[in-house]
Amino acid sequence: MLTKRIIACLDVDNGRVVKGIQFLNLQDAGDPAALAKAHSESGADEIVLLDISAAHQRRATLLDTVRRAAAQLFIPFTVGGGIRTLEEAAAVFSAGADKISINSAALADPSLITCIAARFGSQAVVVAVDAKRRADSSHWEAFTHGGRTPSGRDAVEWAREAESRGAGEILLTSMNRDGTASGFDCELTRAVADSVRIPVIASGGAGQAKHFVEVFGAGHADAALAASIFHYGYSRIADLKQELGSHGIPVRWPC
Amino acid sequence: MIAIVDYGAGNLVSVKKALDWLGQDCEITADPDTVAKAAKIVLPGVGHFASTVALARSGLQDAIAEAIGRSVPFLGICVGMQWMFERSEESPETPGLALLQGECGHFPASVKSPHVGWNQLEVAPSSRLFREVSPSPFVYFTHSFRAPVGETTTACCDYGGSFSAAVEQDHLFGVQFHPEKSGEIGLKLLGNFCAL
Repeated sequence: MLTKRIIACLDVDNGRVVKGIQFLNLQDAGDPAALAKAHSESGADEIVLLDISAAHQRRATLLDTVRRAAAQLFIPFTVGGGIRTLEEAAAVFSAGADKISINSAALADPSLITCIAARFGSQAVVVAVDAKRRADSSHWEAFTHGGRTPSGRDAVEWAREAESRGAGEILLTSMNRDGTASGFDCELTRAVADSVRIPVIASGGAGQAKHFVEVFGAGHADAALAASIFHYGYSRIADLKQELGSHGIPVRWPC
Repeated sequence: MIAIVDYGAGNLVSVKKALDWLGQDCEITADPDTVAKAAKIVLPGVGHFASTVALARSGLQDAIAEAIGRSVPFLGICVGMQWMFERSEESPETPGLALLQGECGHFPASVKSPHVGWNQLEVAPSSRLFREVSPSPFVYFTHSFRAPVGETTTACCDYGGSFSAAVEQDHLFGVQFHPEKSGEIGLKLLGNFCAL
């Protein structure tokens, strides 16, 4: 049976792993290559590295960081953050990424999805959707630029378009839940997961094992991503998987 | 030297990285002469079945077929495995190498496609690729089409019904999953191929 994936995310600023609370208050949590390897050994099914550096710092350090992390990883490795062109994506693939994740650049020019998918395959293109619930709670809006800029696009509708343009997976982050450890937004995740045929990775809000049980059950997620709960040792991935298994959720085990 | 065949479709870095990790002398190449001289051939493949047409156009297909004729060990990965069959529904007009009988097809509408993630295999005890690997390992897949189960199947996977996750026939090997992305089990399997 196809298992539910547990993905460890490294938010990287200028070559170091950090984790913000709702995109603010960054704290240093270590070296990306060392953390990626540690997560892989402790049972992560996949690693995502998101570069949140300021644009002027990014190119100098990102490719080196990707290269160092990839050298020790033999599980899928996704890299995102500030990738704007096919050439930039190609450089990240050459450094050792298996998939790239794009958000702002894809919303600005959706043909970028098709362009990268045509060269590297849809399986290599993850479209990240940062979604925020609208004030009237009726639906969710997609945001760009690290959650700073509203796009005016409905998140569910944008995920569908991304799929039709060649995205292989959707990385869906609830901005309302991100960093709160109060649980994934199952309603949002389900709305997107039921609207597309490609896998949906739920992100934002992981705090306890029961949150993963909820998002794989009620949320219809194919994978779930978390960062801080893993970095600081609040939850060993192997322990989390054991608990998910006891709730009847298929996981890769032993891992 | 192990030739990792580059026909312009997708990213071959991770296959090279895994073979480097195993201490193997390997090279990513698009040159038919280099492929012809290789001790072993790995044909990775991501993307569309139609892109394998580049193999015929570039002379790589002839070099591969000639090497296979000399019993050079060959490993097809993902679309590289599908290409070992006669054809695929993904691109019916593109012929495969037809080393194995059958046609690759869609998943049924009852399951999401592509099939992405870690799934469990049922491995035949006779498998040489899976020597000293547990009989029901988890490996990483990402694909939209699949090969049927047949006489050469040595590992099956279930996703909307059973399909071939690995095939073996003499010196020919194919895997639908990505050993280079399947952790220690995948490295063990690649090591087994290298040790042939």
